[in-house]
Amino acid sequence: MSAGTSSREESTDDTGPPPSPAATYEAAPGRASRRQRATLASYGFLGPNLVLLGVFLFLPLAWAFLISFQESSGFGASGWVGLDNYRRLVTDPTFWRSALNTATFTLLTVPLSLALGLGLAVLMNSVLPGRRLFRTLIYLPMVISGVATALMGVLLFDEATGIINKLLRGGGLAGIPWQSQGSAAFASIILVTLWIRVGFNMVIYLAGLQGISPELYEAARLEGASSWQQFRYLTVPLVGPSTFFLLIMDVIYSFQVFDTIFVMTGGGPGRSTSVLVTYAYENGFVTRDQSYAAAIGIVIFLLTLSFTAIQWRGNRSRDTVG
Amino acid sequence: MAHPLPHSGDGASTRTAGLSTGPGSFAPRVKRVPPAQRVSAIARLVTAVVVGLVMMFPLYWMVTLAFSPNADVFSRELRIWPSSWTLDNFRTVFGSFPTATWFGNSVVITAIVTVLTVTGNLLAGYAFAKLDFRGKGAIFLLVLSTMMIPVQVLMVAQFRLVTELGIYGTFWAVIFPSAASAFGIFLARQFIIAIPDELIEAAKVDGAGTVRIFLQIVLPLCKPLIAVLVLLTVMYQWNDFAWPLIALKDSRLFTLPIGLLYLRGQYGADYGAIMALALVSITPIIIMFLAFQKYFVQGLARSGIR
Repeated sequence: MSAGTSSREESTDDTGPPPSPAATYEAAPGRASRRQRATLASYGFLGPNLVLLGVFLFLPLAWAFLISFQESSGFGASGWVGLDNYRRLVTDPTFWRSALNTATFTLLTVPLSLALGLGLAVLMNSVLPGRRLFRTLIYLPMVISGVATALMGVLLFDEATGIINKLLRGGGLAGIPWQSQGSAAFASIILVTLWIRVGFNMVIYLAGLQGISPELYEAARLEGASSWQQFRYLTVPLVGPSTFFLLIMDVIYSFQVFDTIFVMTGGGPGRSTSVLVTYAYENGFVTRDQSYAAAIGIVIFLLTLSFTAIQWRGNRSRDTVG
Repeated sequence: MAHPLPHSGDGASTRTAGLSTGPGSFAPRVKRVPPAQRVSAIARLVTAVVVGLVMMFPLYWMVTLAFSPNADVFSRELRIWPSSWTLDNFRTVFGSFPTATWFGNSVVITAIVTVLTVTGNLLAGYAFAKLDFRGKGAIFLLVLSTMMIPVQVLMVAQFRLVTELGIYGTFWAVIFPSAASAFGIFLARQFIIAIPDELIEAAKVDGAGTVRIFLQIVLPLCKPLIAVLVLLTVMYQWNDFAWPLIALKDSRLFTLPIGLLYLRGQYGADYGAIMALALVSITPIIIMFLAFQKYFVQGLARSGIR
């Protein structure tokens, strides 16, 4: 913070005298130094943030690359081993299982939360008694801590004592093996994720819907378009920018899901809900194989980066076409 | 829970806009609505009620279990109401665990992170929005790119870093990496860029320097922005789990989410106590959300319209 304070004082002194019309007589050097002063002031404003980002984000990022080329020895890392950690990844079945789970989780949660978010936004944008209350109820889960939510999930989905299985049995059905069967455990995590995530999608879509002119719908109705046609050919294309934004945010969110899985299943049963992030954590802080964890982290980073780059290019070409 | 701030015109207009732009904008006089539309109105209400119940049920269940005797959890019978209301679970949570300390830790860490983050974001947002300096585009892109770095990539290296800095296990180990966040810079830049340049030019003509313009012209106009930044940062930090889990080791320094996991490790089968602590940990954020919902929603929506 000191960098910001010092240059703040500095720039007040420098710009102290009001610039009189006479200043325009000054030659180019004067203007250049004013620009330099402005640059200095700007860096003063940026200082606190840049220092924090530099020390606690960029430095660890570079460091993570270095660690991933070293071997883990007990607590720390030592000795260069080149690509050994990455070679190990390629032949590690748990890594591939976690990568596959991450992909499946993302491919299921993203379209579902987009569809539910848009559906609810359309519903909550229409005339509806108690609309404010309903909106609040849908928003609420997204402000609740992931650990509390996951523990709530543990209780709801408990095979023996959870309320969901009690309700199923009460209805004469068999309970679902949420903990002992991989696909059921996976489903429970997806359900909890949707519960958390749908509110955010709805907020963004509601904002998108409110930017659409009502005359368009008026015109569509005069042309005899049904509600579904209005939704399909007006609403869906017109909320495109919101969808694009949400696609990025949701993919990144699903890709990096940690709290829910770590607390609810711990990656189990077996490895059936293990994802890249929980596997990286496990290596880094449970088995203390930190170099291997760093290598997994770098893979996550590269995947995130390439996804964003593809999205970016896709959006740009769409913009130029449209 | 009084509304601390008067409703701005902005919010009111959004609401009316919402009414009139509804895809099925129905005539307000219900009597003339054709039967088909009345049916669809009822269908929508029923859907909304079902969705509302589904969204609320987990929270209702958390509250119920927190006030139920533990025997209820393990009984075979289906019960969606406590057999008797009890505060035992809260006695366990506050009596056998340093819950009050955890609560205080969460408050202190969240407060410091919020002050650091919001101050930094406002300063940087102003610089990116209104100042002209060399390397602006490149630096902005660099800052933007930090948002794409997943926390998990950094956890091992950040752990090494805070260990090397000698702050591992302290609050500062949580605070500094958490305050290194670029998210708010974009909200700040977007908001400040909309402040008319004429205001700033006029102040310049009056002889105000960059700092005075920031403090006296820009900041007073930024109150809604500050509200949004504070709320989102508080929410994020209060709930943050993965990094504090790594950065803290002494159970007396835990934040509430870590304490919650610790309680589960110790009292794994005491679901009532776990839900009681979960309830304690989420209540402040829920109150804050209900009191300032408009700012939350505007903040999130604004971050979406880029």
